[in-house]
Amino acid sequence: MRTRIRGRRSLRELTGSPYQLLLLACSFALAGYAGVRLLAGEAVPVALWFAGSALLHDLVLLPCYAALDRAAVRLLGACGRRTWLPYVRGPALLSGLLLLVWFPLISGRVEERYAGATGLSGDDFLARWLLVTAALFAGSALLLAARSRSERRSRSGSRRRSRARSATKARPPASQ
Amino acid sequence: MARFPSPFSFPSSPAFWRSPVRGARFTSVLGLVLLAGMTVLFVTGLLSYAAYNPDLHRVNDQTPGKGLLGFFLFAWPTDPHWLYRLTQGVHVTLGLALVPVLLAKLWSVVPRLFALPPVRSLAHALERVSLLLLVGGALFEFVTGILNVQLDYAFPGSFYPLHLYGAWVFFAAFLAHVALKAPTAVRNVRAMRAGREEQREDDVLAAPRPDPPTVSRRGALWLVGGGSAVLFGTSAGRSFDGPLRATAVLSPHGGPEPGEGPNGFQINKTAAYVGIDPRETRPEAWRLVVTGRSGTVRLSLAELRRLPLHSAALPIACVEGWSTSDQWWRGVRLRDLAALVGYDASDDPPDVLVDSLQRSGPFRRAALRANQVGDARSLLALDVNGEPLSADHGRPARVIVPAAPGVLNTKWVARLEFGEL
Repeated sequence: MRTRIRGRRSLRELTGSPYQLLLLACSFALAGYAGVRLLAGEAVPVALWFAGSALLHDLVLLPCYAALDRAAVRLLGACGRRTWLPYVRGPALLSGLLLLVWFPLISGRVEERYAGATGLSGDDFLARWLLVTAALFAGSALLLAARSRSERRSRSGSRRRSRARSATKARPPASQ
Repeated sequence: MARFPSPFSFPSSPAFWRSPVRGARFTSVLGLVLLAGMTVLFVTGLLSYAAYNPDLHRVNDQTPGKGLLGFFLFAWPTDPHWLYRLTQGVHVTLGLALVPVLLAKLWSVVPRLFALPPVRSLAHALERVSLLLLVGGALFEFVTGILNVQLDYAFPGSFYPLHLYGAWVFFAAFLAHVALKAPTAVRNVRAMRAGREEQREDDVLAAPRPDPPTVSRRGALWLVGGGSAVLFGTSAGRSFDGPLRATAVLSPHGGPEPGEGPNGFQINKTAAYVGIDPRETRPEAWRLVVTGRSGTVRLSLAELRRLPLHSAALPIACVEGWSTSDQWWRGVRLRDLAALVGYDASDDPPDVLVDSLQRSGPFRRAALRANQVGDARSLLALDVNGEPLSADHGRPARVIVPAAPGVLNTKWVARLEFGEL
């Protein structure tokens, strides 16, 4: 009796949820139908692009940007500028994102074809990206400057207030 | 000291992952955004496929082996005239704006890639295979789409079959993933909105021993949203002429217009690029051949100009996601040309096969359906914005059809074959 129950349970543990199995079977049927067509041309390169894009992302791109981020955190921490972190991370991330998406245009690798097909100049995307990057960092620096200014002011303000409080022994207002 | 994991921990150990931002809540928000966004991308993608009328004639069909995947095809309408401009603009611009959401989503779940044991059951093993199709499919679609709009044809094969069949592989895995995960994601986001902020014990995405936070979860979501906003802001303008296009500083067909004056708007494939010989388009040399039920008619440019000329304000909208505002075209109605070769075109218009002087490249021949030929705004245009067409816009004559993808608006037209296709 006990062995039968254990046997049934372990079979269920082995297969997992039957609902999930059925669902995945349907999904694979559709994926297979399309996949055969996807691979009908150059099967091996297409399969490499397909699986490779996932592997390249998970094993190269993600570790790289995570390591860069960690290095930035350590570096700013070591310089005692930990509060700068969001003001560096924000524009760096946005600029990096633009570079990632528009790399073919920015790097100039499609310059000739782009100019021929569109009648537009294809050689100014690097300059545009650098300008956008400069604008992002400049905007971030302005925000940081404004924030530190207002913090300095409120700190000196509160120092003055606390001096005044200790002089008069007045209780701080409830809203503080 | 115990908070810091051993430097020798591996990605398979939960303690290896230390960002306090990761967790079911963060993943759920991104997941629901992608659920909506990817669905829109898939639907607008299928619409774009239908807009080519691939079932009309093989010259329109880049994916003849589609089988049942073309089950939904229908005669692409001509109303509203901005239809393709809208659907394809949404497809490409939304796709660009979703890049940071997709990257953040993948970042948030990456610990699961290395989790042990790698396989717990048959269903779990199949789910992991399905996740490879999901992640590989999503990245494959984004990469091929993003490369194609930049004219970087590095991928192996023609864009159309890769992007279409890849989309179906992705969507099959996406459906299963949504069925398995969306209920949890909705529950998590509801709990968040109800203000129940505590982290659950069974949250496998959260770091068990997180580092001190350098950004809040809300801050991280803002950063992702900021990424989307920047990509949107630097590319959405390329769906409009003039000052709005100038705001699209970092995308193809963004920034300044290629020229000035009536013919100054955006060009797809210049005459030089596709090898149009200017000697062939001179009025003395060029003849339009129109064939149909009652035979063949050859028309010079002067004879064409003596036919009733009509105007239509229509955009050029490209599969690459950019479009122009409405241009003012003037020319001969396609249905009037059909009438020259024996069709009572206002009652029962025929289809047409259009040939360009262009020597090579896909869509140098294109087929238009009867509803497109019969529309009073469908023209063989000779002028645009009050001037004869420039060489790059298809001199001496080009097709312009409301709501059709740009590539079906054949330039440098040499021949029109009316009939049942």
